Amino acid sequence: MSGTFVGMPAFPKAAHDAVHNETLRGNLRHATHTIRAKRANAVAELSDWAELREAGKRIKDHTLRHLDRYLVQLEEAVTAAGGTVHWAADADEANRIVADLVKATGESEVVKVKSMATQEIGLNEALEAEGIRAYETDLAELIVQLGKDRPSHILVPAIHRNRGEIRDIFRKEMSEWGRPAPEGLTDTPTELAEAARLHLREKFLRAKVGISGANFMIAETGTLVVVESEGNGRMCLTLPETLISVVGIEKILPTWRDLEVFLQTLPRSSTAERMNPYTSMWTGTSDGGAEAGDGPRHFHLVLLDNGRTDTLADEVGRQALRCIRCSACLNVCPVYERAGGHAYGSVYPGPIGAILSPQLRGTASDIDASLPYASSLCGACYEVCPVAIDIPEVLVHLRERVVEGGPVTREGNKVVLQPAKGHAAERAAMRAARWAFTRPGVLRSGQRLASRTRRLHPRTLPGPGQAWSGSRDLPAVPAEPFRDWWQRTNGGNTEKGTSK
Amino acid sequence: MSSRERILGRVQRALADVGQDDTPYEQAVPREYLREHGERSVEQTVDLLAENLADYRAIVHRCTEGELAALIGRLLAERGSKTVLVPTGLDEEWLGATDAERVPDRGESTPHELDRVDSVVTACAVAIAETGTIVLDGGPDQGRRRITLVPDHHICVVRVPDQVVSAVPQALERLDPARPLTWISGPSATSDIELDRVEGVHGPRSLEVVLVSGRPDAEVTP
Repeated sequence: MSGTFVGMPAFPKAAHDAVHNETLRGNLRHATHTIRAKRANAVAELSDWAELREAGKRIKDHTLRHLDRYLVQLEEAVTAAGGTVHWAADADEANRIVADLVKATGESEVVKVKSMATQEIGLNEALEAEGIRAYETDLAELIVQLGKDRPSHILVPAIHRNRGEIRDIFRKEMSEWGRPAPEGLTDTPTELAEAARLHLREKFLRAKVGISGANFMIAETGTLVVVESEGNGRMCLTLPETLISVVGIEKILPTWRDLEVFLQTLPRSSTAERMNPYTSMWTGTSDGGAEAGDGPRHFHLVLLDNGRTDTLADEVGRQALRCIRCSACLNVCPVYERAGGHAYGSVYPGPIGAILSPQLRGTASDIDASLPYASSLCGACYEVCPVAIDIPEVLVHLRERVVEGGPVTREGNKVVLQPAKGHAAERAAMRAARWAFTRPGVLRSGQRLASRTRRLHPRTLPGPGQAWSGSRDLPAVPAEPFRDWWQRTNGGNTEKGTSK
Repeated sequence: MSSRERILGRVQRALADVGQDDTPYEQAVPREYLREHGERSVEQTVDLLAENLADYRAIVHRCTEGELAALIGRLLAERGSKTVLVPTGLDEEWLGATDAERVPDRGESTPHELDRVDSVVTACAVAIAETGTIVLDGGPDQGRRRITLVPDHHICVVRVPDQVVSAVPQALERLDPARPLTWISGPSATSDIELDRVEGVHGPRSLEVVLVSGRPDAEVTP
């Protein structure tokens, strides 16, 4: 996964800075609390939510368990319907495939539907390097792109911006990219949305190439599904002559019928609506037949691995691949609410990002090694997850991996991960403890020595232990070791006042 | 080795710990969830559709077959529409009471031409009461996907109760995945600015849904 934000500090440092930004905290608090309450109402409307959640989980687990079979079935169905399937092992390969496909059309600009997969691989930057300009058309993505910013939420990437900031960005930047913002633009959401409509419409109407992701791919039929609200998705999916969809290999559902589960759980979990305003479904190209010319004449599906098979190889962590990117876990997370999305240093922020990014990218970097700790393990994320991903379980599993090291799969190969450097003091202490605990004589002498010198003990630990004792009280050593007391008093029976 | 083989090989190695499982898919997943939520009469289901459409800011009208042309004529006139996009298979009688110039849905129309049209009138494939959703499947009376997208005003006619189902599972059963499908729940909307809902970013800003029944005594609530 090449989507690491370059130079990103580890989570504790980034979060420390974010929580001191009053505007950011205000914007985030308002947004997460609003959507959290709405979601609870939308979910309460369905009396069978628990059964839908269980079915969603089982469908996804079954699909992952037979992923190779379903990928081949999907490829056949898409090809039979007139599409072309490409396979990309990593971000670089995916970007190269897309850039070559765009170049083959002779075009130098593309319109994009909001897509986590293309953000993950850094597609816009890769296209820019090839002289191709990619226009984000989702309103929030437009705000992020014009503001030369990074997304901070899966569903509403500009959640950290308020209306005043958005107006300033539009006024300043729109003319660089095309139609300028209208004169006298105010900060009312209606006017801002209208400015975006005018700015983007000229791009939609002339676009020859569209790029999207997909929420679901149906192996049985070769159908792709994109769920959205604004209509920008429909524009990109139906007006251009060529459509290129970059989709993670885990987004497969076996059958058409499976949509009945996810089209009920996804909108309610993400935007807290009974149904999102627009859902587009297409199968290959619609050349010929009665619907001649309905939609792109050329359709390319790029199936993306980029760390997903490595994640699949982890027995505990593979459940993260069930994720349908609804973002409900972000909105209930007390850590996300205060730290904001940028602190996670990845396109996947919040609780799901804390388990997905270190698995897709590995835990070699400081930011990825710190992500499993970006949680209080309160469990709220698991409660709201519509596919029941046990995020706390995976967080604990990844913490263990960071501290202990051990066998993992990277780029398809089994490797042994070294323990993280930051935990050397802890491991040294544990090794010393193991040595002492297996030698009773040594332990006794040590305990006696500790008791006799107790008045001389410092209140904080020296050296590498300083950070640990900075936020904790050191336990007081008793005047007499327990085992000495037990022997002296026969387990308390002969001591004055304690005998029965 | 091609990337296809590389990825499929990685998947197989990643699943080495998972035992063989040849349970047919129909049995592998429990489907204990409901086909629809609550018990309703046919009339109540149609009422719920109207309620949920309106809740997502679609404008809902009800009329009988005989009143349909007059209603569509009035809606286009109120809007001041001078041109109207017409799918090739739309019932001609529906537009019998409007002076608006008809623009046929043609494959060679450019997006810019569509952008100059004021309104579009279509039928639908199915409507879902519980979610307030209409689904278009590109049939002859609905046209290409883009004609219900580029113009700013969409009038969609739903035949009640035949085209109305209660819930999502029942809608999927009626649809053909080989056709291009568009599910519409209210007009285009965004909540990207401070989560304030704003209608009409890129799709039609106005969605009017006409629930037309064959019963002559059905009341008209414009």
